[in-house]
Amino acid sequence: MDNALRELYQEVILDHSRHPRHYGVMGDASHKAEGYNPLCGDKVTVYLKLGEDGRVADIRFEGKGCAISQASASMMTDMLKGRDVAEAEKLMQGFLHLVKGEDASDLSEDDRERLDVMGGISEFPMRVKCATLAWHTYKNALEEGAT
Amino acid sequence: MNMLGKIPSSSQPATGFNAERARGDFEILSRRVYGKRLAYLDSGASAQKPRQVLDAMLDFAASEYANVHRGVHFLSGAATDRYEAARRTVQKFLNAAREDEIVFTKGGTEAINLVSYSYLAPQIQPGDEIVLTVMEHHSNIVPWHFLRERQGAVLRWVDVRDDGSLDIEALDAAITSKTKLVAVTHMSNVLGTVTPLKEIVARAHAKGVPVLADGCQGAVHEIVDVQALDVDFYAITGHKLYGPTGIGVLYAKRAHLKGMRPFNGGGEMIREVGRDQITYADPPARFEAGTPPIIESIGLAAALDYMTHFDRQAVAAHEHDLLAYARDQVRQFNWLRVVGDAPGKGAILSFEAEGMHAHDLATILDREGVAVRAGHHCAQPLMERFCTTSTTRASFALYNTRTDVDALIAGLAKARGILGNG
Repeated sequence: MDNALRELYQEVILDHSRHPRHYGVMGDASHKAEGYNPLCGDKVTVYLKLGEDGRVADIRFEGKGCAISQASASMMTDMLKGRDVAEAEKLMQGFLHLVKGEDASDLSEDDRERLDVMGGISEFPMRVKCATLAWHTYKNALEEGAT
Repeated sequence: MNMLGKIPSSSQPATGFNAERARGDFEILSRRVYGKRLAYLDSGASAQKPRQVLDAMLDFAASEYANVHRGVHFLSGAATDRYEAARRTVQKFLNAAREDEIVFTKGGTEAINLVSYSYLAPQIQPGDEIVLTVMEHHSNIVPWHFLRERQGAVLRWVDVRDDGSLDIEALDAAITSKTKLVAVTHMSNVLGTVTPLKEIVARAHAKGVPVLADGCQGAVHEIVDVQALDVDFYAITGHKLYGPTGIGVLYAKRAHLKGMRPFNGGGEMIREVGRDQITYADPPARFEAGTPPIIESIGLAAALDYMTHFDRQAVAAHEHDLLAYARDQVRQFNWLRVVGDAPGKGAILSFEAEGMHAHDLATILDREGVAVRAGHHCAQPLMERFCTTSTTRASFALYNTRTDVDALIAGLAKARGILGNG
């Protein structure tokens, strides 16, 4: 199989897409937003519970989409939970750089290691939007989605 | 490709049409993608263009080009002659009664919008109804939504059966005394369903209702005779007919065109412009404001000439054979659900794969050199009808062969291997 494909659909990604973490509705979210990719019709809803300390106390997502968008959403929830909002922003910017094949050296070593599996997407420019959908939706929830 | 080489295992059945030879007219099909042979199965989105079309456009631009209907100089006359000859080529292709029933537009979408704005909008009262089917492309939905939003028109949706076929009785029942237009596709861009257009027109006319047919797919695969169909409006687009982008055609009966208000305003569509009054040109010029797609009209005419220089029945038989072969091959995949199995359907195969999203599937196929479309295909009401958000679609054209289908099947098996069954 060609290497780029193997890189894109590696086991970690497939596992996240088949068994997404933090999946489902959150009834008492403090913030939520719906993201939509008009290209493919994929939808994702991101729910947040923001703590008084400015941390993401809880986060969930729900939606349907391709393996890339589901895995990315799942990994995002894993990585954002417990993080404060400013750190989360830094992480998001680093992630966006990574999937576009740009310099992502502003990511911490630990974050870079965990996000490394998403790096293969940069070889598939048509699919970058799949990977970023959940992240943009998170940002939208934070900024405009207070419930 | 060496045509004198050994016959491939999946050789063509004998018909009066040689797809391998036709394939040679399309230079792009011999390029490779990711080092693989290109299997272009996305002609439903846009067809590739044969050398004959590209040459015709280049030759015209290099030797006869000028603006049309304007100057008195030599080239302006030559270009005008060619542009009007292109109109007659389209007339013949659709078997329209008159050449002035052929309006050049920038595409199929504009052709339908023209009917919405110039023909239907002026007569819509709140509560008036427009009948359409759930398998319409957005281009045959959104212009009618405009009339719903702005003028209170009511959209009456006709469902399709589970196999994707149209229930003519359901359509007939949806046509009431309030119906102002039936807007229906001739061939679904997702299901491949070919609608019984002649019967639809007869039923609608029996109730005094005109019919618009979206022929963007239908004209590619069916032999269209607008007089025999008795259809009021028929929209086509150049780029799916092996022609260039930027040009389409609205066929409309002369009686309708004469009464229609202008669409775009500008040069060429007027008779006389004063400070306080204006009179408009007769159709079709009334609807062709501004400099038209001149070079594209030459390309479109060349494309139609290209299509008709083949035995079109034999081409249709070839495409149906590819569809039947592909349909048969995918039966081996019990994880694949074909969406649209209407009897007599055209050469489009849409499907869903269990545990595999259409975009993941299309990405893997792409790496195998197989170009397919994945997504909602600008037909979201239809996706909703079949309880999905996206499908993968392989669409076949005259230049496709069983080798392309074999590449698709191999790619599907590979995708299953990569993405597994969850």
